[in-house]
This record gives sequence, structure tokens and C-alpha cells, in this order.
Amino acid sequence: MLKLFRKMTGKQVMYVFLLIFFLTCHVVMELTVPDYMSDITKLVNTEGSDIKDILRCGGMMILFSVLAFLASITARFFSSRLAASFSQHLRHLIFTRVESFSMEEIDRFSTASLITRSTNDCAQIQNIMSRAFNMLIRVPIMIGYALFKISTRYWQWTAFTGASISLLVGLLIFLIIYAHPKFRKMQYFTDNINEVTRENMTGMRVVRAYNAENYEETKFAKANSDYTENALRARRAMGLMQPAIRFVNNELNIGIYCIGAFLIAGAGSAEQLEIFSEMVVFSTYAARIVRGFMGLNMIFNMIPRAEVAAERLNEVLDTVPVIRDGEKEEGEGKKGTLEFRNVSFTYPGAGMPAIKDISFSAKKGETVAFIGATGSGKSTVANLMMRFFDAGEGTILVDGTDIKDYTQKALRKKMGYAPQQAVLFTGTVRSNVSYASDDIEEKVRKAVRIAQAEEFVSQMDGDIDADVTRGGTNVSGGQKQRLSVARAVYREPEFYIFDDTFSALDYKTDRVLRNTLKKETSGITTFIVAQRIGTIKDADRIIVLDEGRIAGTGTHEELMRNCRIYREIAFTQLSQEELA
Amino acid sequence: MARHTYNLGQVQMKTTIGRRGGMRAAEKPKDFKSAWMMVLRYSRPLKWMIILGIACAVIAVILSLFGPNMLKDITNLIQAGMKSGSFDLDSIVRLTVTAMVLYVLSALITYIESYTMTTYSARLTQMMRRDISRKLNSIPLSRTDSSSFGDLLSRVTNDVDTLNLALDKTVAELIAAAITFLGCMIMMLITNVELAISAIFFAILGFIAMKYIIKYSQPYFTNRSIFLGMLNGHIEEMYAGHVIVRGFNGEEESEETFSEINEKLYVTNWKSQFLSGLMMPIMELVSNLGYVAVCVLGAYLVSRGSIDFGVVVAFIVYVKLFTQPLTQVAEGTTNVQTAAAAAERIFQLLSEEEMEDETGKIDHIDDIENAEVVFDHVNFGYTPERTIIKDFSFTVYPGHHVAIVGPTGAGKTTLVNLLMRFYELNSGSISIGGIKTSDMTRECVHSLFGMVLQDTWLFNGTVRDNLIFGKENVTEEEMIEACKSVGIHHYISSLPKAYDTILTDDSNMSVGQRQLMTIARAMIHDAPLLILDEATSSVDTRTEQMVQDAMNRLMKGRTSFTIAHRLSTIRDADIILVMKDGDIVETGNHEELLNMHGVYAELWNSQFTEGGTI
Repeated sequence: MLKLFRKMTGKQVMYVFLLIFFLTCHVVMELTVPDYMSDITKLVNTEGSDIKDILRCGGMMILFSVLAFLASITARFFSSRLAASFSQHLRHLIFTRVESFSMEEIDRFSTASLITRSTNDCAQIQNIMSRAFNMLIRVPIMIGYALFKISTRYWQWTAFTGASISLLVGLLIFLIIYAHPKFRKMQYFTDNINEVTRENMTGMRVVRAYNAENYEETKFAKANSDYTENALRARRAMGLMQPAIRFVNNELNIGIYCIGAFLIAGAGSAEQLEIFSEMVVFSTYAARIVRGFMGLNMIFNMIPRAEVAAERLNEVLDTVPVIRDGEKEEGEGKKGTLEFRNVSFTYPGAGMPAIKDISFSAKKGETVAFIGATGSGKSTVANLMMRFFDAGEGTILVDGTDIKDYTQKALRKKMGYAPQQAVLFTGTVRSNVSYASDDIEEKVRKAVRIAQAEEFVSQMDGDIDADVTRGGTNVSGGQKQRLSVARAVYREPEFYIFDDTFSALDYKTDRVLRNTLKKETSGITTFIVAQRIGTIKDADRIIVLDEGRIAGTGTHEELMRNCRIYREIAFTQLSQEELA
Repeated sequence: MARHTYNLGQVQMKTTIGRRGGMRAAEKPKDFKSAWMMVLRYSRPLKWMIILGIACAVIAVILSLFGPNMLKDITNLIQAGMKSGSFDLDSIVRLTVTAMVLYVLSALITYIESYTMTTYSARLTQMMRRDISRKLNSIPLSRTDSSSFGDLLSRVTNDVDTLNLALDKTVAELIAAAITFLGCMIMMLITNVELAISAIFFAILGFIAMKYIIKYSQPYFTNRSIFLGMLNGHIEEMYAGHVIVRGFNGEEESEETFSEINEKLYVTNWKSQFLSGLMMPIMELVSNLGYVAVCVLGAYLVSRGSIDFGVVVAFIVYVKLFTQPLTQVAEGTTNVQTAAAAAERIFQLLSEEEMEDETGKIDHIDDIENAEVVFDHVNFGYTPERTIIKDFSFTVYPGHHVAIVGPTGAGKTTLVNLLMRFYELNSGSISIGGIKTSDMTRECVHSLFGMVLQDTWLFNGTVRDNLIFGKENVTEEEMIEACKSVGIHHYISSLPKAYDTILTDDSNMSVGQRQLMTIARAMIHDAPLLILDEATSSVDTRTEQMVQDAMNRLMKGRTSFTIAHRLSTIRDADIILVMKDGDIVETGNHEELLNMHGVYAELWNSQFTEGGTI
């Protein structure tokens, strides 16, 4: 966690110092109040003392109480600013770091885990900052200063207080050793319960079809009881703290007074009043120390979870994206050309290469299609063109220049990309189509028309200004895919990369869309990854991939003649007579 | 340039993470009292724990209230000693010992209370979780399929934890605080009226200040959770769409939006924290002022001779005891409110309507080998307004293979839903072997079918558990035999612990192998009827062939209903049901349908036409 705190900005460090200063002020003022009680005690027990003196002492007590209050709220001001500002800073750091990740890092962490880290874990840190940071600074000052004030001539009191406090310390240590690991384990059991529930939910039909309700319930009961037993053991142990603190708080007073009685009885009459007033104040200070322990206990409860969160955040912050920017903004060769030269690529952690020794080139305006079974490496080719991953071996040339020499921005500016899973963002049709570019209505309309989305968009409430809900849940899969194509069209790129974009469309729309694209945006080099033969039949060149290698290249007719794998794929999709 | 406009209603629904934070906007239950009444009613089996817990809380507090009084007596004895010169040390020791005994007792009883309440809340929520899990399997699929149900379920998981914490800590704490407060007040009033009034005055002052702060900071907390929800929403969206953000150079735009919300969150964050953070200092100030008032007024009274100094000492302790519960009450009421809202959602889920009771229906059918499946004037609609299957009559002969085809979203799963009685018919009947499925128990209907779905659902557990999945009396041989016949036995044997290998999400099992597993599962369950959903995405050619072979082997001798994607399956089917917009539009075999020149013919031909007219 300390490592995380090192990310503080100068301003935040300043807040920390201000916080320490005002908290010290607060403690000193607060602990000065009981001093006057000692004076009052003496005054009261001295015959014939003036009531004015008592009132003066009372006045001083009020003054210091108010000062302590002011110091305390000033400290709160800084601590809340510190916590809020640090968590803002942290969230920003994490978010921008994740945004800079290539797909390699995203895959390593998984999107779901990155989301939890950026939301839950950040909240966890903010939580400990706002609740415990103040106390973390204040409690040691409080205990230290109270101990300093408490050190009197009478070791009996100090010893008694020490013994009482060590009871609490012992208990605290016991809890840290015994209960805290159980709390940490709690997360595991919670995940377990959620997992079984999720499983039951997603497999609902299978569970019912196999009459396996009892089986699932038994499984759940096991997870449930594991969780409950662990929680019970942890919580029952933690329950010891509250009564212990209250007990020490109470017995300390009585004990100090009882010891005091003996001390006074044993002292000379001149000293008796002195000891008596000291006793009254001593008990007040002792109470402060105990109160400090209550705070410590709370912090100790929060630390384990925050620690885990901090580790997870550090993991993200320590990860540097493997893909580095080049320097070039423009290519040196002919525009609209793309070439793979002996490219191989292995996904991190995978044993087998996803593609191996792939070479091909595309001229301006050509349509090149990729087909093959799942896992044959089609999408990998698209990912490498986009430089979502860096090729392990070989080079990829865009406009005659190695894509590693471009800045990622410049490279991607040339690409109109539509992924397998269409992604839409919260906003409007227009904001999605013109995403990350200047927003020109005419262009939006044109792109929507080309992508065959005009018909359903015009039926949406607000036309191109119609709302798109989060994740695009208010449009169907095929409609999402068409808007995703419109977005690629809108950029007027040099290259289209359609990674299995058309499979969510019905055959008719698929065909019309491709025809319109060809007519209206000719001159754009197009790459299509597809599963359906129908989608790619009329491509200039079809590259057949099989287990990461090129198994054939040519037009539909050529491949039908001389590529066994292509024929196999074709036969599972089309009947013989249609292929003839 | 924030182009992303947010819909507040939606964001609030999604803000599940925000609610986890320590401090939060209090969530208001719809009906506070009835929510807690429901919790109480639900707690009936554990009622003795509640009674014991509360009784202990009361006794412990009362015991600890005598302490200050004894402190007073000790002080007075010391002072008397100082005046007279002879100290009654015996009495002091006796008083000390009595007080210590009381405190020890009080601590023990407090622990019993905490132990009881912890146990009670844990057991109660365990019961709740169990009932929720049972509920899940006994409500109709028409309900669980709706998205609102998924939302409810995921919220309820958190709600149970919220309620658990509230019952464990807050309830007993609130009761103890209330009793401490009342008890202190009574003890103070008995001991000295003037001092009592001044102490109570400051306490009330503090309480008012606190209420005011809570009220004043509430809007900041509400805004805070709104902004947090927006920010988290943005994060989720951007991460999920990472390829687009990167692929279209949208990083800057995304960061701008992020920073904008983050800044707003920062402001509401520190303001809400600062305001709620004022509570502690104010309580300290009030406590200090009460302390001063007691000291000064007490000193005055002592010097006038109307009270002993011991009273002042006792009051110093009382004031401390007296102001402490106020903070607890303030925090406690917020928690109790949130817990009530959580309880409402839990009970909402628990009171979801269950499927009708089926005792008395036919629960077992023997000799189904050669049974026909007859659809007789079936009418069905997911909503009452829209009937999508109209007056459908159809007979499937034993051993026939039925293919269900149609474009995505045409409602192919509807037929599965009806066959399996996942959904009930509006009118008409489906009968198997002459018995209407509505006259059988659902379990009986389910036992007649084997099912292999596209979504190859495997769970965390051993291979064996996944295969046998709840079926009783399956011998090892039968299981292995089934796996051999679908061609997965060899693969399973190669796993580290063979059939006892535990499958997890990250298990290195390919899509094809998963499909084979589910086919083997259906094989083991050996039901006379079969429902298959062919996978759309193809696996590699060899595995695909294996899957196809395994499916064919499974279909042999069984009447089957296949949601077909493979043209070969469709062509070989004895009968094809063509679906469009939820309705069954055509029936017949391949040739018959092509000759109809209807939807099927169009669907069939459209994928081969070059260019052409639409």
C-alpha cells in the first residue's frame, strides 16, 4: 500500500503535512482540557477558594475545547480533500494506463478483472483513505501524547494502565493472527457462492432438463455453509474486541481510584490534595488511550482488504504496454497497399503459434478475404493489421512502411475496422458513427446509408440523433453490426478490416451491403474475415487458413478446383449442385 | 466535448459498486416497518436467539451503569479520609471488587450477546441464501429469462450481506445505545438534577447538530453515488470496447469524458466526506462542553456544599457514556434504513410466484420407446397480447428427426421451451405417447428428454459430476461406455486425474471437447427423446466431424428435435419446421418445402444468389 502512496502528487503530500500539523494541534488542545480539571479539583477541595477562579478554569476549558474543535475540522477538511484527490488521481492513473494497454495486456488481466480493479479496488483505497487515514495519524499522536502526560511519579498507576492496555494489545494480536486470515478467506467463499448461483442461472435450462435442481441445491448448500462457518468463526472472534475495550475502559477508572486511595492514604497530608487531583486527570487520560485503541482496531479491520486492493492496483500500474509507438506519420510507399512478409505470431501463454509464416500482399482497391475453421488464425491476421498485437516474426508493411515505424495513431487512422463483436457506446447513432472524428451530419447519413442501416435508423425515435443505450442494447445484433460498419465507413479510411463482421447479417443484407460498399467507396483496400463462403465468393483473392498456415490462395473458382480444405468448408455449407 | 449523455435512471440501477463503499447515501425503503416485520417473521425459527441477544444487551448495559455510582462512593470515601485523616480502605477495596465483578459480568454478557447476534444473523442469512437458491429453481423460466430478474438476483446477493451486517452489529448496538442513553439519564437524574439537566442539554444540542449535518450532507452523498455510477459505467464501457477505442484513436475523447466525471466525483467526494466527517469533531466538542459544564457547575455546587465531589467524578463518566451512543444512533439509523431496503428486495425475490404444485400428476412413464409426439391445436405467446404460435397441429412419429430452421430471432427456441414445458401453453396440448405433458409432472417431462444445447454448459466440478449430473445409479462402466461412444474417453483419460479432474473456467478444454462432453451427458441420461441445438460457429474440421458423428450416434433410435444450422442435417431430416417471426410458417421435408417456393425456398436460395435483385 505504501508503494501506492508513493504516487501522491506534491499537492497531496502537502495535504498530508497539513493534516499531521492540524491533528497534532488538535490532540494537544484536546488533552489540555483535563489539565484545568486538575486545577478545579484543587480549588474545590481547598477551603475558601474563589468561585471566579473556578469559572476562569472553566472558561479556559471551553476555549481549548473550541480550539481543539477548530483544529479538528481543519484537519478533516484536509483529510477529505486528500482522500478525494488521491483517489481521483489514482483512478485517472489506472484508467489512462489501461487505455494505453494493447490487447496483450488486456488479455493478460481480462477485461472483467480490469473493470473490478478500476472501480472496486479504487473505491476500496478511497474508503480506507477517508476513514482510516485520519485516524492512522491521529491515534499514535494521541496515545503518545497521553502517555507522555500520564507519566507521573506514581509507577503504580502507570503499571496498572500498562497492564490493562496490554490486555487489549494481546487481544488485538490474537485477532490479527486468528481472525484476519479468515476475513481474507471470506472473499474466496463469497466468490464461490456467487459462482454456484451464476452457474445455476446460466445453466437454468440444462439444470431443469436433467432434473438436477436437487443436485444444484446441495452444491449451493455446501458453498453456503462453508461461507457461513468461516464467517461465523471470524466474526465471533472479532466480537471479543468490543466488550474487551468497554471492560478496560470501565475497570481502568475504578482501578486508578482504588490505587489512588492507597497512595493518598499513604502520603502526608500536604501531598494528599496534589495526588487526588492528579488522579482525577490521570483517569481521563487513560480513557483517551483506550479510545485510541478502538480506532486502531477499526483500522486493522480495514487494512487487509485495502492491502489486497492496493496490490491489484500496483499490478496494473507496473504493467507497461509491450507495443511501442514508432515515429512515422506517413508511409513511404504506394498508398493503399498492405503486405505480410513471413509473419508468425503466438498468443502470449499459448503453446502453438496462431499463425505461421503468412505472406500475402494487397494492392489498392483490392478485396482480400480470409476463411478457415475457428482457431485457424483468421482473426489474428486482422488483429495484427490493426497492431493490437505485435507480430513475433516477419514484417507487416502498410503503404510500404513497417507498421512498427508508425505511431499507433497514424496507423489506425488509415484503418476502418469493424470487429467480430460489434461495440456501440452510450450516446446517439450519430455519436457512434462519427466516433472520435469531427461530426458532420451529411457524412453520417451517407455512412448509415452505405451500411444498410438507413431503414432501421429512420424508424428509431430521433433518426440519427436517436439514443443508443449502454452496450447498444436497444438495437438488434444485426443492426449493431451495420452501425459498426457505418463507423468504419465514416472514417474514409485507406483500408477496411471486417473481422467476421457480416456473419450476424442475413444473407440478403450481407450481399447488398458488400455491393454498396464496393460501388460507393471504391479504391479502398478491403480485408474480410468470414465463415460463410457466400460472403467472400466474389473477393479478388481468398486466402484459406488452416491451423495458422495458408492452405490455399485464389479466387473461389480456383480454390474449388485445387484446395481440398476450401472444398470441405464449401461442402458443409452449400450443396453440391449449387457449387457446380 | 462530452458526447456521451447519460441516462440517470439507468445509471442508478447499475451502481452496484457504489453501494459497497463505507459511507453512502441512505437508501430509503418503501415501507420501513413492514420490511422489518418481514425480517422478524422470517426469523421465527431463530426467535430464541433474538430474545437472548436482546436480553443480554439490556442486562449488560444496566450492569455497567452502576459503575460510576461506585466510583462516586470511592471518591467520597477518599475525600472523607482526606478530611478526617483515617481512610476506610476496606470499604474502598470492597467497592472496587464489586465494581470489577460487575464489569466482568457485563463484559461476559456483552460477549454472549455479540456471539448470539452474530450466530443469529449468520444463520438467518444462510437460510435466506438457501431459500433464494431454491427459489431460483422453482420459478417459471418466463420469469428468469427476463433481464429484470437477473438484475434483481445480482443485487440481492449484495443485499443479503448488507442485512447480515446490520443484524449482526447495528440492531444490538442500537438497542444497547438506547438503553445506555436512557439508563444514564435516569442514573444522572437520581444522582443530581442540576448536573443532569446541564449534561442532557448539551447532548440534545449535539444530537440536533448531527441530524442537521446528516440532512445537509445527504444530497452530496446522492450526487456522489450518481457520479460514481456514471464513472464506473464509463469505465466498463470503454474497457469492453477497448478495440474500438484503440482502433479508432478514441483514447483522448474517452479520457476527456473520464476526467470530466472524475472531477465532478472529486468535488462531491470531498464535500460529502468533509460534511459527514464533521460529526466526530462536533460530538467531541459537545462531549467536551458537557464535561466542562459538569466540572464547573459541579465545582460550584461542591463549594456551596450541596453535593460531594464524588458526584462530579461520577458525572464525568456519565457524560462520556451518555454522548457516545448518539453517534451510534446516528450511524445506526442510516444502516437500519439501508438494511430495510435490502430486506424488501430479498423478500420481493422470495415471494416471486412459483410454478404450480404438481402433486398427483403422472410422475413416471415406462415403455415410452415407440411413442409419438403430438402437437394438438397449440397456441402460445410470450405475452398475452401476442400469440406467436397459432393453432399448430403436428405429429412426430417415433424415431423421426425433426429439424427446426429459420433466421436468427425467429423463435426456434420457443418450440424447445414448449416441448420441455419450460413455458406453459395458452391452449391446446402436447402429448407424448398419448399422455398430455400438462398431465405429467415437469420432472417426468424432463426425464423423457435428453438435451444438448449450443451453449455447452459445464460447471466447476469433476468431469464425472459434469457427466452424471444428478442422475442416480450410473455405473462406472455405463459412463465410460458413453464417453467411448462419443469419442471423448481417450481425451478424458489423458487428463491428470481422468474422470476426477476438476473442470474450471480456465480449463484447457476446447469448444469441440465441451460439445462432446455434453453429448456424452445426454448419452448417459439415455432419454427416449432428444433436443439438439447445433452449434453455429464451426470448430476445426476433424472435431466437427467427431461432434457430428457423436450426435448422429446419439440420435439413432431416438426421436429428435434439432435446431439445425447445418444444411446436411436439414436435408436429412424427416420433417422440417420453418419458423419466422416466432411463428411456424411451413412444414414438410426438404423437397416439399423447396417446391412450395415460400420462406424456406427463399432462405435456401438467398445464400447462393450472386448480386441480383433483392
